[in-house]
Amino acid sequence: MARVALVTGGMGGLGEAVCIKLAALGFRVVTTHSPGNTKAAEWLQAMNNMGYGFKAYACDVSDFDSCKACVETVTKEVGPVDVLVNNAGITRDMTFKKMTAADWKVVISTNLDSCFNMTKQVIDGMTERKWGRVINVSSVNGSKGAFGQTNYSAAKAGMHGFTKALALEVARNGVTVNTISPGYIGTKMVMAIPQEILDSKILPQIPVSRLGKPEEIAGLVAYLASDEAAFVTGANIAINGGQHMA
Amino acid sequence: MTKRVALVTGGMGGLGTAICKALAKDGYTVVANCLPGFPQKDEWLTKMQTEGFDLKAAEGDVSDYESCKAMIEKVEQDFGPVDVVVNNAGITRDKFFSKMDKGQWDAVLTTNLDSLFNVTHQVAGRMAERGWGRIINISSVNGVKGQAGQTNYSAAKAGVIGFTKALAAEMATKGVTVNAISPGYVGTEMVMSIRDDIRQSIIDSVPMKRLGKPEEIGAAVSYLASELAGYVTGATLNINGGLYYQ
Repeated sequence: MARVALVTGGMGGLGEAVCIKLAALGFRVVTTHSPGNTKAAEWLQAMNNMGYGFKAYACDVSDFDSCKACVETVTKEVGPVDVLVNNAGITRDMTFKKMTAADWKVVISTNLDSCFNMTKQVIDGMTERKWGRVINVSSVNGSKGAFGQTNYSAAKAGMHGFTKALALEVARNGVTVNTISPGYIGTKMVMAIPQEILDSKILPQIPVSRLGKPEEIAGLVAYLASDEAAFVTGANIAINGGQHMA
Repeated sequence: MTKRVALVTGGMGGLGTAICKALAKDGYTVVANCLPGFPQKDEWLTKMQTEGFDLKAAEGDVSDYESCKAMIEKVEQDFGPVDVVVNNAGITRDKFFSKMDKGQWDAVLTTNLDSLFNVTHQVAGRMAERGWGRIINISSVNGVKGQAGQTNYSAAKAGVIGFTKALAAEMATKGVTVNAISPGYVGTEMVMSIRDDIRQSIIDSVPMKRLGKPEEIGAAVSYLASELAGYVTGATLNINGGLYYQ
C-alpha cells in the first residue's frame, strides 16, 4: 500500500510543487487549505487534468481542534499519515515599531503553533508503526533574521527548535524530524515583490544569482521523505543559493 | 546625568536576581519585574536591601500585552525611560510530545516567546528615538540544540534567537543593540529542583563538569548592556561550559 503524505498549505507555490513531486514518487498525497480558500475546487480540477488525483481538506492549521478533525477525516478516508510536511505559512511583514500584537500572534500561530497542532495528530501513529517523516518548512529568514520580519523570523527559528527536540524524542522509533530552510524561491509570494527590488536588493544577496525553483524545494522534501534519508534527523537543511551559510 | 534604567523580567528568579545585581553594580536603576501578586516580592526586595542593593519592583504578566503596557508606563513614570530591557522571564512545562497538551504548549510559547513582543514593543520605539538602547533576550542551550521532553521550550527559545536577529537588523542604525544569551545548565532553583541523579548525569555531560553560576550569566548581561558592547548585535552568546558549540 502506498504511503500517505499530508502537505499543509499544499495549494501554495511551494506546496503544489511538493505535492506533485511526492505523487510522482508514488505517495498518496493529501493537502490542506484554509477554510476560506475559494479556489480549492479549481486547483483540484487543474491538478486532476494534469493527472494528479490529490485529495484536499479544509483545515485551519492555527487551530488545534480543526487539525484534529482534519487528520481524523484523512485517516478514515485515505489512511494513516506517514509523511507530514508542515508547509503552511503566512507573512505579515512590517517593522517592529508598526507591528500590532495581532500581527505578531497570527504569524506565530499559523507558522509555529501549527507544527504542534498538526504533528500532534500523527506522531503517535508514526512511532507505533515505526516509520514516519515530519518535514518542517522554515525559511532562511528564520536562520538569519530579516528586517520587517520579527514575527516571521521568531516563528521560523522556533520551528527548528521544535524539530530538534522532537527528533530526539522519536529517534528510536523510525521517525525522522527535519527542517528545511528555503531562501528566495520563485513562488507567487516572492514574485509579488517589485522587479526593481528583486534586481537591486534580493538577487545581489544570492551567490547563485537567481531565485530558487519550487521544484528544487520539492526535490529536497522528496529526499527527506525517502527510505534513504532515514539517518537524517534533527537537521536544518539550507536551500538558498548560498545566500546564508550558517 | 540621570541613571539609566534597566528592566529585568522575571527579575526575582535565580538568573534574574543575579542579572539585577550585576546591573545595579554597574550603576543602573534596576527594576525587577514579577507576576502580579507575587507573594515573595517584599521579602525579595528586603533581602536585596540587606545585601546593599536598592532595587525596584514592577508587577506585570509578560504573557499579556496590556499588562506589559500598563507596567512599563508605570515604570517610566516612576523611574524614567527604560534604556535596557532583559527579557529573562520564562517557564518550563516539560513533557514528551506524545503526552504534551495544547495548554502546556501555549503556556510556554506565550510566556517565553510572545513575551518578547509584549515587553519589547513598549520600549523599542523610544529607545530608537533616543538613539540608545540594549535589548537582551535570554534563550537557552536547549533552544540551540533541542532537548527531549521540551518541544515547547526548545521551540520558544529557538524563536527567541530568530526574533533577536530580525529586530537587530531593524535597530542597527538606531544605536539599539539586540542580542541573545543562551545559558546552559546554571545552578538556579529551576535546575537544583531536578532529581539528584538526573542533575548529576547532566553535570557529567557538561565538558566543564560543573553547573554555571548565575553570576556568570549576570556578567554577560552586564557586558552586553555596556557602552563598549555597542558593536555587538544580533549575536547569541552561548554560556554553557562547552555543552554545545555552534
